[in-house]
Amino acid sequence: MGKRIVLGAVAILLVIAAAYASFYVAPEERTMGIIQRIFYFHVGSAWAGMLAFFVCFIGNLMYVWKREPKYDWLGVAGAEVGLVFTTVVLITGPIWAHPVWGIWWTWDARLTSTFVLWLLYVSYLLLRSLIEEPDRRALLSALFGIFAFIDVPLVFGAIRWWRTQHPSPVIMGGPGSGLDPIMRNVLFFSGLAMCVFMAFLIAERYALEKMRSEVDILKREAEAQ
Amino acid sequence: MKNLDSVFAAYIIGWGVFFLFYASIAKRTSDLRAEVERLKSALPRSK
Repeated sequence: MGKRIVLGAVAILLVIAAAYASFYVAPEERTMGIIQRIFYFHVGSAWAGMLAFFVCFIGNLMYVWKREPKYDWLGVAGAEVGLVFTTVVLITGPIWAHPVWGIWWTWDARLTSTFVLWLLYVSYLLLRSLIEEPDRRALLSALFGIFAFIDVPLVFGAIRWWRTQHPSPVIMGGPGSGLDPIMRNVLFFSGLAMCVFMAFLIAERYALEKMRSEVDILKREAEAQ
Repeated sequence: MKNLDSVFAAYIIGWGVFFLFYASIAKRTSDLRAEVERLKSALPRSK
């Protein structure tokens, strides 16, 4: 509990500093103006969401291998937190896109693969809610989670492999891509802040799932008597 | 400043989503804590 409070405090300080840097340190982009400042929040949230799904994937793989409940808790924590970050990405993206593209949404490869990713992890959580028996729920959702993670590399590669409405990558984008050094530093700092915040939310959600498991054990003991 | 309202909306809605999620974790944790206390107090009585 104490470590989670410290992590939460650090995360809050970092996201406040990142928001300050996004508005007062990063220079204004020449063509888009102030609307481009959504970029630091949008991309930082996307990185944190992908990392949360990776945590879920590791939890799922480890559960299938070891069959220990703690990996199931990690899986569901990663999936739920990743879903929240992806929801924020899917909300902030259209708010940024509308003044720049003139449309809220288009079914291009990056947007569609991200929306599919969101649907896959909604399905993961729905699947869990439909299965009562804990071991069966953990195994089936772990297998589904491993399958769902296949979409993460597709989301990453969509703007590299296909021509899309979504802007080309500015990080790891190959020759010709890039970002102003101050913008890049602010972006990395925002990404770090969102990832620390994501770690805090996963720790909180993991603790919740652990407690739920304890309640299930107590309920079974009560029923047995 | 052009589009300032959109930037403001993105940050408010985004942080609103995070806040609601954290509030839902806190609510679920509080409910489970109450359930644990109830079950722990019920178990010794039935022994």
